[in-house]
Amino acid sequence: MAAPQTTSPVTLHVNGVAHRRELDHRTTVLDALREHLGLTGAKKGCDHAQCGACTVLVDGRRANSCLLLAVAHDGAEITTVEGLADGDDLHPLQAAFLEHDGFQCGYCTPGQICSAVGMIAEAGEGAPSHVTPLAAGPPGVPVPLSPDEIRERMSGNLCRCGAYVNIVAAIGDVTR
Amino acid sequence: MKAFAYTRADDVDGAIAALAASPGGMFLGGGTNLVDLMKLGVASPGLLVDVSRLPLTEIEETPDGGLRIGAGVRNSDLAAHPAVRARYPALSQAVLAGASGQIRNTATTGGNLLQRTRCLYFQDVGKPCNKRVPGSGCPAREGVHRDLAVLGHSAQCVATHPSDMAVALAALDAVVELRGPGGERTVPLCDFHRLPGDEPERDTVVEPAELVLAVRLPAPPAGRSAYRKARDRSSYAFALASVAAALDVRAGRVADVRLAFGGLAHKPWRARVAEGTLRGAPATEESFAEAAEAELAAAEPLRDNAFKVRLARNLAVRVLAGLAAPGEEETGS
Amino acid sequence: MSTDPVRLEGREKVTGSARYAAEHTPPGTAYAWPVPATVALGRVLSVDTGAAMAEPGALAVLTHENAPRLKDVEDRTLLVLQNDRVPHRGWYVALAVAETPEAARAMAAAVRVAYAPEEHDAVLTPEHPRLYFPEEANSGIPACRERGDFDGAYARAPVRIDATYTLPGLHNHPMEPHATTARWEDGRLFAHDSCQGATAVQETLAALFGMDKERITVVAEHVGGGFGCKGTPRPQVVLAAMAARHTGRPVKAVLPRAQLAAVVGHRPPLIQRMRLGAGEDGVITALAHEVTTQTSTVREFVEQAAAPSRAMYVSLDSRTTHRVAALDVPSPSWMRAPGEASGMYALECAMDELACAAGVDPVELRVRNDTATYPDSGKPYSSRHLVECLREGARRFGWDARDPRPRSRTEGRLLIGSGVASSFYPVYLMPSSAQAQVTGAGRYRIRVNATDIGTGARTVLAQIAAEALGVAQDLVAVEIGSSALPAAPLAGGSAGTGSWGWAVHKACRTLVGMIDERGGTLPTDGLTATADTGEDIASDPPHAKASFGAQFAEVAVDTDTGEVRLRRLLGVFAAGRVLNARTGRSQFIGGMTMGVGMALMEGSTMDARFGDFAERDLASYHVPACADVRGIEAHWIDEHDPWLNPMGSKGIGEIGIVGTAAAIANAVHHATGVRVRDLPLLPEKLLAGLERPR
Repeated sequence: MAAPQTTSPVTLHVNGVAHRRELDHRTTVLDALREHLGLTGAKKGCDHAQCGACTVLVDGRRANSCLLLAVAHDGAEITTVEGLADGDDLHPLQAAFLEHDGFQCGYCTPGQICSAVGMIAEAGEGAPSHVTPLAAGPPGVPVPLSPDEIRERMSGNLCRCGAYVNIVAAIGDVTR
Repeated sequence: MKAFAYTRADDVDGAIAALAASPGGMFLGGGTNLVDLMKLGVASPGLLVDVSRLPLTEIEETPDGGLRIGAGVRNSDLAAHPAVRARYPALSQAVLAGASGQIRNTATTGGNLLQRTRCLYFQDVGKPCNKRVPGSGCPAREGVHRDLAVLGHSAQCVATHPSDMAVALAALDAVVELRGPGGERTVPLCDFHRLPGDEPERDTVVEPAELVLAVRLPAPPAGRSAYRKARDRSSYAFALASVAAALDVRAGRVADVRLAFGGLAHKPWRARVAEGTLRGAPATEESFAEAAEAELAAAEPLRDNAFKVRLARNLAVRVLAGLAAPGEEETGS
Repeated sequence: MSTDPVRLEGREKVTGSARYAAEHTPPGTAYAWPVPATVALGRVLSVDTGAAMAEPGALAVLTHENAPRLKDVEDRTLLVLQNDRVPHRGWYVALAVAETPEAARAMAAAVRVAYAPEEHDAVLTPEHPRLYFPEEANSGIPACRERGDFDGAYARAPVRIDATYTLPGLHNHPMEPHATTARWEDGRLFAHDSCQGATAVQETLAALFGMDKERITVVAEHVGGGFGCKGTPRPQVVLAAMAARHTGRPVKAVLPRAQLAAVVGHRPPLIQRMRLGAGEDGVITALAHEVTTQTSTVREFVEQAAAPSRAMYVSLDSRTTHRVAALDVPSPSWMRAPGEASGMYALECAMDELACAAGVDPVELRVRNDTATYPDSGKPYSSRHLVECLREGARRFGWDARDPRPRSRTEGRLLIGSGVASSFYPVYLMPSSAQAQVTGAGRYRIRVNATDIGTGARTVLAQIAAEALGVAQDLVAVEIGSSALPAAPLAGGSAGTGSWGWAVHKACRTLVGMIDERGGTLPTDGLTATADTGEDIASDPPHAKASFGAQFAEVAVDTDTGEVRLRRLLGVFAAGRVLNARTGRSQFIGGMTMGVGMALMEGSTMDARFGDFAERDLASYHVPACADVRGIEAHWIDEHDPWLNPMGSKGIGEIGIVGTAAAIANAVHHATGVRVRDLPLLPEKLLAGLERPR
């Protein structure tokens, strides 16, 4: 019997650019970005979806790229932190993180910023969080992003430097 | 992680056939637990059959007034669904109490049910574990087990099931739809997960190559429902203990009640004893406490997790009291 | 919002273009994955690499039999793959190297190691037979000090506190795991390493490989946090260098998160007995702080937790001691404010107990016990504004409105309480060199092998240089993070800014002098001034120097679950001149945030049977998440101290974590009336005591 095929051609559309590579089935989206495409913005902090440093947007939604097998995401549209700025103009969240000092070592920062982009969109679509009252507005109505909402929704992104206070302020600045 | 073959299923029967033909294979849904376990070496499938693009992503109204939740529905979509939010609040709250926003965007309903214990020994291939390697022993029983089971464990295994969602589904009398090489069947959620007994390697009653198609919820129980979880940090942590409950109070007495505990056992723990004690009883804190204590009388805590019994009791009392007295829900911490 | 400059590398960090150690991929890069020992003590009998080498893409398996030989160095945690001994579980016994990270991981899993296990002992107990009094504790202080007659004074004291506080092992867990990309070219070694000081890594590699250090370049341009666990070289840089030499390929070695707990250091478990004797007025007459802790058999590290009790308060008669047992466990090392964070937890909780026993307000008690001199040496403090921090903090926090009675404030089913603790961290300074250059067109360049692990070092050094040069900051470029730059100490001991900054300041002033000698015209062909502060730092200064602070916490305790949640945390610090308010505030708040973790959730359980820490990933070792952190504020008072350094700064990277855990623990006692003397403050420790009479 022939050895089973353990690689496949995979196309990832990253920040609007299509990349086609023959990838090991074991290769995660995170490792594809970092080791195959030279896009090291998304970070590997734990490799087990326990820290959020690898957060990117997959088809518009935030996800931990360390647990996504690239082969299963053939054809996906992926946005990384490298794809957020418009030329030299920073994304408003990037500018707010800079101004509010929403990071120290910077290692969780790309994940924080991508997560915030996704999180703001989720709240904008009316998606509830653990702290959203059940009696909150009808479906589809944006959930106002109070500091408590931001804190809960951003809790999948750990920051060991302890920049949370400034991260919440930066996001609050953009969503206010 | 060992190298593996990969195939993307075009339809449900194709997926089942592919796996049936490859005994060492597994279905891949969102992958948030499976890929994790593959990296740890706990799971090493020779083939992944990707079911994430199958048309199992709908939440549909059923003729009996319930919902049919496709196995591929993402956790975040389930929690946000207007019908779930309005009619099954315990389910929405439970899902939102689990994991993180990113993980909920990826994890599926079927995968959530099939996720495996976070027992530290199970996850460490350098140590014995009867669930991972039957017969190798259970170091958790005398080891680090603060997070582990107080109910229904065995000499072989003291693991807990980590899901929040499944606890709410257990309280809400959900039914799991399965299809395998031998056809379709349904299993009540409360019978879907097993107690460890002498076969701790089997978490559920799912047979080889069986695929979870959907979870069906009957019409919501009368009254209201709620979920509450205690944990070591404010978010992004597994439950120390949790409670899902639905309560219908008529004229000060319990007309109907559903109660399930999470974080206490190898499966979501439907509290039938407590429910029996409560039906017809006055809807008072004293009744709720007596009922919870009756249920938890069966607990056999380990050296370091006896606190879970008190914790679960208190959570049950608070959740039931909150449901009995709308508007008097305690301020969350 | 501060008007001080934003981080110079901030744009790179928010756009993802800042490259960390594992983000360099030279052509031909191979990937390494270490294999940890699965016995707690013993010998490697054999390593079967057959299955591993059969993996497609396999390049090599390094073991103690074939790995390059290393020369002996003082830190024996770096002597990996040199012999068959396994001193603790998790010690590296092999290294898999492959074409891809996936193959390397699979290889590592396929390596079969046979061991001759030996009986191990991994659990610290208060009367462990291996306990001994070491000569010194960390930072070189004497392990034991006796002043006066503690026993007599304690026996005579009308108010006495005798309490024992315990801390579990704590892990640094910076977000970037330890990583190195190493390559050899023409006998030269280049390494991008995630470390807190590339000079020390370069020098240590030179010693290990028996090479001239000029042939080694270590770069640490961006480092994803360290908190002490990257303070000295760690095994990843040795493994990467060995693998690169063995395979002839550039090698990337990133330590898997779950392996860190055993190989990069941690704060060891500590048992601290505190005895305070005081007058009715609460003034301390007798103080004993007796520390029992553990180290490994690989190296002696003794966390100096009793040190703060030599520095904080009046105490005529005192005993401060450290005992340590070398167990078959991973080697402890520095974790943010080693000694101070742990020792001040015990001392400041004991102070709270004393306040309760003496019936004195906890703020007032600390004021009454203030001292102008360092009690252990009698040297005057160059500046000490603890009382001002306490008073200012009390004012901002609203302390006066507090009902001192425990369990006096409820909100629904929550108990609310508040607590206070002092903060303290010594001023350290280390010799450094630096260069200041005119680079033409009125621009300047600073060159110093400082490391920015998130402190804002790059930015503050530019500010220091601009001020010393008397030019606008945007005319100053700063080069840091490479051993090719003038040698400098590590980012540690809260000493980076003071040490590097002094050298930068000196180089800049020298350059200004050179320019003045040239009539004030800037040369177009460049001009360089080099400075070294080795002679400037006094070995026996006339003053004791330290930063002080006060922290106030408010907590809510759920009576049903025992869950403790932080509501407010306010710190006021006196830390010399804060050079950049924007990044300085972040340092204080960051330390306080880590202190919240220490108080409420962090802890590594030593698994007696297996000899390792049970919680090795970020799902089981809980660090604070965003939702845990609310209402943290940091303030400081202007402090002018001429005895420090040309900038007038003290260190600020660590004092934030000192006192936080005590402030929170004291607040929990105030909320509940339950005194928990064992961190972290998990629900089970409070639940039983919270039960109301029914």
